[in-house]
Amino acid sequence: MTSDAASVEIDMESGFNTKTWAIRIASIGIWFLPLIWIDPTTYIVLTIAGLAFGMLLFMVAAGMTIIFGLMDVLNMAHGALFALGAYSGGYWILNLLEKFGWVEYGTAVQSFGSLLLAIFAGALAGALLGIVVERVIIRGVYGDHLKQIMITMGVLYVMTEVTKIIWGASPEVVLVPMMFQGSYDIFDVIVGKFRVVALIVGLAMFAGIQLVLMKTKLGLIVRAGVENREGVQAAGYNINRIFTGVFTVGAALAGVGGTMWCIFQEQVYPEIGLENIIFAMIVVIIGGLGSVTGSFLGAIIVGLSFNYVAFLLPKLAMGVNILIMATILLIRPWGLMGKE
Amino acid sequence: MAESILSLKEVHTYIVQHHILQGVTLDVTAGRPTVFLGRNGAGKSSTLRAIIGLNPVTSGEIHLAGRPIQGRKPYEIARLGVGFVAEDRAVFYNLSVEENMRLSMFEENEQAWNRLETVLDLFPDLKRLWRINAGLLSGGQKQMLAIARAFVNDHRILLIDEPSKGLAPIVVDQVGESLLQIKDKTTIILVEQNFHLASLVGTDYFILDDGRVVHQGLMEDLVEDQALKQKYLGIG
Repeated sequence: MTSDAASVEIDMESGFNTKTWAIRIASIGIWFLPLIWIDPTTYIVLTIAGLAFGMLLFMVAAGMTIIFGLMDVLNMAHGALFALGAYSGGYWILNLLEKFGWVEYGTAVQSFGSLLLAIFAGALAGALLGIVVERVIIRGVYGDHLKQIMITMGVLYVMTEVTKIIWGASPEVVLVPMMFQGSYDIFDVIVGKFRVVALIVGLAMFAGIQLVLMKTKLGLIVRAGVENREGVQAAGYNINRIFTGVFTVGAALAGVGGTMWCIFQEQVYPEIGLENIIFAMIVVIIGGLGSVTGSFLGAIIVGLSFNYVAFLLPKLAMGVNILIMATILLIRPWGLMGKE
Repeated sequence: MAESILSLKEVHTYIVQHHILQGVTLDVTAGRPTVFLGRNGAGKSSTLRAIIGLNPVTSGEIHLAGRPIQGRKPYEIARLGVGFVAEDRAVFYNLSVEENMRLSMFEENEQAWNRLETVLDLFPDLKRLWRINAGLLSGGQKQMLAIARAFVNDHRILLIDEPSKGLAPIVVDQVGESLLQIKDKTTIILVEQNFHLASLVGTDYFILDDGRVVHQGLMEDLVEDQALKQKYLGIG
C-alpha cells in the first residue's frame, strides 16, 4: 500500500512538468541575452573566456565542496593551499625548468612536460600542507562551523604572511610554456591558447571526480558517508581514514587550481589565496554546499556572467556575482544542487 | 551446554555525564533468536550501540564468540561479524537499492555475489526496485532493504533495532516474515517494542530496566506470564 506513494514520486521525477521546463528554458535563454548588446564574434570570444574562467573557479571550489560534503568542514585555509600550489607549481617549478630552457622557448614536449610537472608539484604542495592543516588545526574543531571558519581563516592570513617572507611581498611574473603562449584565430574568433588548456583541465577534473564518485566502491563509500557517517562505520568501513584521504585529495585539487590560475594570470602574489577564497565561496554556495556538480554549474555561471558584465559594465563585474548568488539563494536557499 | 556467541559482563556506558548502561550482563546463545525488551529509555538500543562500538564502553567486557571486542572501532567490530540495522536511517536514501547492497558487501567476490542472490530470493521486492533510490521506497521496503543489507555478509550476529517503528501493522507482519526467514541462518538480536513481533521471532528474551538486565528466560514462558509483562512492559 505504501509502495504506491513511492511510484507517484518516481512519476513526478520522470514526468513532464511545465513549470520545471519553463525554468530550464529560461535559465538557458538568459545566456543569450548579452547578444542584444554584444556582436556575435565578441560574444563567442567572451563565452569561451568565461567558460575557461569558470573552469579555473571550479578547480578552486571542487576540493572545498567535497571537503564540506563529506566532513562537514568549512575550510577557509583552502585559499592557502591554493596559494601554495600557485607558488610551488606555477612559480617555482616553471622557473626551475626555465633554467633548462624548457618553458618560454621549449619544444612541444617540453611545454607539455613543464605544465604537467607544474600541476603535479602544485598538487603535491597542496596535499602536504593539507595533511598538516587537517591534523594540526581541523581535528580540534570538527563539528563546529564557527570555530572552523575562524581558525582556518587565521591559517589563511598567517600563510599569506609566510608567503611574503619566503617569496617577497611584490607580485612575481609566472612564465607560460611556449606551446600555450598566444592565441588561436578561428574566423576572427580569438581564443587564448591557455584558455583551451584551462577548459580541458577543468573538464578532466570534473569528469575524473564524477567517475570516482559514481563508478568506484570508494566513491560509493564517500557518497554514503556524506549522508550518514555512523551507517558507513557500522557497515565496516574506517571513516576516519577515508576522511583524511578525501581531505588530501581536496587539498591537492586546490594546489592544481592555484597552479593553473597563476599561469593563466601570468603572475602570482601573496594575496592570491585571500582573493580566490571569496570566488570559491560564491561558487560553492551557488552550487549548494557539498555538491560537485553544483559547483561545476556555479563556476560556469559565475565565469560567464563575470565576463559578459566586465565587457558591458566593467564596474559591476564583481558585484554581479554577489547579485546572482543572492538571487539563487532567494529561490533555492540550499543552492542549485544542494540538499534540504 | 550450547555455545555462547555473545556475552556482556558488567557493561557500563556514559553519554556525556549520563550513566546509560549500569552494568549489563547477559549471554546470547548461538542460533537462538534473542529479544531485548523493556520500556523506553531502559537501555535496549544503547546496549546494541555498545556492542557495535558506537557508544564507548567505560567499563566491563563484551565477548564475541569468546573474543573480547570492547574498545574496538565500529568498523572493526562489523568486520568481526556483527551486523547492525540501526533504528532509523538504516539505509542510505541517496543511493540506489543496488548501491546500498554493494556498500554492505565487504568484498565483491563471487562468493559475495552468490550470497546476494540468496538474499534477493528472500526479498524478491528488492530485485524489482534494484535501480530505485532507497529514499523513494515505502517504509516496509526500506526496512526490508535494511535487513537485507545486514544479511548480505555472513555475520555471526545481527543486531536489529526496532524494525517495526513507524510501520503500519500489515507492514510489520511483512517485516516479521522476513525476520523469520533469516532467523535460522544467523543469530538475531532484536530490540522491539511491538510484543507481537518480538514473540513471533524471539526464542530467548532479556528484559532491561534502568540500564540493567532485570529478567531473562524463554519467550514462550513470558507470553504466559501476565504479571511480569505488566510489571516491566506495561502490557498484559
